Amino acid sequence: MEYFIELLFSGLTRGSIYALIALGYTMVYGIIGLINFAHGEMYMIGAFTGLIVAEILLIYQFPLPAVFVLTALAAVIWSSAYGFTVERIAYRPLRKAPRLAPLISAIGMSIFLQNYVQLVQTADFLPFPSLIPEFAFLEPYAGIIGSTDAAILVVSLIAMLLLSVMVKWTRIGKAMRATAQDQKMALLVGVNVDRIISFTFILGSGLAAIGGVLIASHVGQINVFIGFIAGIKAFTAAVLGGIGSIPGAVLGSYVLGLTESLTTGYVSSDYEDVFAFALLVLILIFRPSGLLGKASVDKV
Amino acid sequence: MLELQNIDVFYGNIQALHDISITIRQGEIVTLIGANGAGKSTTLMTISGILPPRHGRVIFLNQQISGLMPDRIVQLGISQVPEGRHIFPALTVSENLDLGAFLRRDHAAIADDKAWLYGLFPILEKRRQQPGGTLSGGEQQMLAIARALMARPKLLLLDEPSMGLAPLITKQIFEILLKLNKEHQTTIFLVEQNANLALRIAHRAYVLENGRVVLQGDAAVLRDNPVVQKAYLGM
Ligand SMILES: Nc1ncnc2c1ncn2[C@@H]1O[C@H](COP(=O)(O)OP(=O)(O)OP(=O)(O)O)[C@@H](O)[C@H]1O
Ligand SMILES: [Mg+2]
Repeated sequence: MEYFIELLFSGLTRGSIYALIALGYTMVYGIIGLINFAHGEMYMIGAFTGLIVAEILLIYQFPLPAVFVLTALAAVIWSSAYGFTVERIAYRPLRKAPRLAPLISAIGMSIFLQNYVQLVQTADFLPFPSLIPEFAFLEPYAGIIGSTDAAILVVSLIAMLLLSVMVKWTRIGKAMRATAQDQKMALLVGVNVDRIISFTFILGSGLAAIGGVLIASHVGQINVFIGFIAGIKAFTAAVLGGIGSIPGAVLGSYVLGLTESLTTGYVSSDYEDVFAFALLVLILIFRPSGLLGKASVDKV
Repeated sequence: MLELQNIDVFYGNIQALHDISITIRQGEIVTLIGANGAGKSTTLMTISGILPPRHGRVIFLNQQISGLMPDRIVQLGISQVPEGRHIFPALTVSENLDLGAFLRRDHAAIADDKAWLYGLFPILEKRRQQPGGTLSGGEQQMLAIARALMARPKLLLLDEPSMGLAPLITKQIFEILLKLNKEHQTTIFLVEQNANLALRIAHRAYVLENGRVVLQGDAAVLRDNPVVQKAYLGM
């Protein structure tokens, strides 16, 4: 039983990270109908930015909680700047081009960013310091959940909660939903759609960067390919949940995370991807637009 | 108030509007009638800044608005009720109205306007927490008009508000338009295929054919014009 609960928590932790990334895929898709293949790189860039900032702060012996907060903040800002810029130079000029053009541009951006970071950093794994302290109050439960897992769960839940409050209640949140539902009408009521699109990229990249810092601190090492791998998983989760749907992305991420974790625990980690993708295929057979997706989406 | 001066609009290489000139004065109801594909919606989209004219200018309150972004044009006082209503389907009725006031910051006055519109369209108040997409055609048309009015426009553009509606609902909507014009001095530019109805409430009218203005004048005069009667009034 304890083993099962441990697997449950590790699945939820994974799911949280996938969700932080999947939200960026699903929001961008919801608004402009583009699969932003470069999105995984925002997560990778967040982790690298975090590494640089954390090492500097640790040299100056800042207290650990401060290091964590400042590192996450720096990663969010830097990744957001990348997300904003990628949209400006790689997607916006192609807004009126045929569907395939921005898709190819996105893949190009992804390859470019990987190679760029590889050139200015390294292709090897780099150690990442552990930024999350051991919480004393969790010690009795050490067998089922570690401090880092707990922190990942809590931080991502807070981030998702803030996101849903923003989307539901704020002016810009309403403008985002309006733009996703009917872009031309959004223009006609006076929404600056270009600004909403930029904001969506900034938001998605920021969330991915938080995920990057959290997981890097958990795993203890990073390289330039982590964005590609996590990006594919998170994209799968977004499709599983119904791409374009925000609750769908979260649900899909937890379903995927739990499936992987239970497969690893009861079968073998060699099969985790097999089960994950088998589940994806199975769900898409019965619900072609994902768990919470709307039917008849024909955007790709 | 609004002046279109020699407007040419293209979709790619296809010219949709040829040298269109239209004038709308403060307080008027002006209608634009014409067959399918004549270019009526194109004209409204050009005024709203969604389509840029290749030649010509649009002047609103002594200021050139062609070339401005759509949000600036809404801010200056032009709102559009587009063809097909374009309600945000997953937003509630109340949220749809909030978006109509997107560019306004005077929260107290926004609340007053919302209450006033709920009074004007009581069915919307009853449905206020319902997703816009679940409303009937007539209710959606009312919502689309109410949403446009939430911006407190000086000029209201309407694209075929009678389309697909039962005669009774259409009558109701046209009465509200008349009331807005009389009691709130809202200037109205009304695009209609239902020329009979449009010529009855409008002061002046323009007739569009294949992207060109072929006739214009007082609505009452055009109603008696044999060409109009034959082509648009089915007489
Ligand atoms: N997006 C577009 N791309 C290319 N051509 C278009 C586009 N929209 C409209 N047109 C063409 O421009 C012309 C005018 O169209 P418009 O929609 O303005 O007509 P309309 O008078 O509003 O017609 P209806 O009464 O059917 O609404 C038509 O020939 C139409 O085919
Ligand atoms: Mg039309």
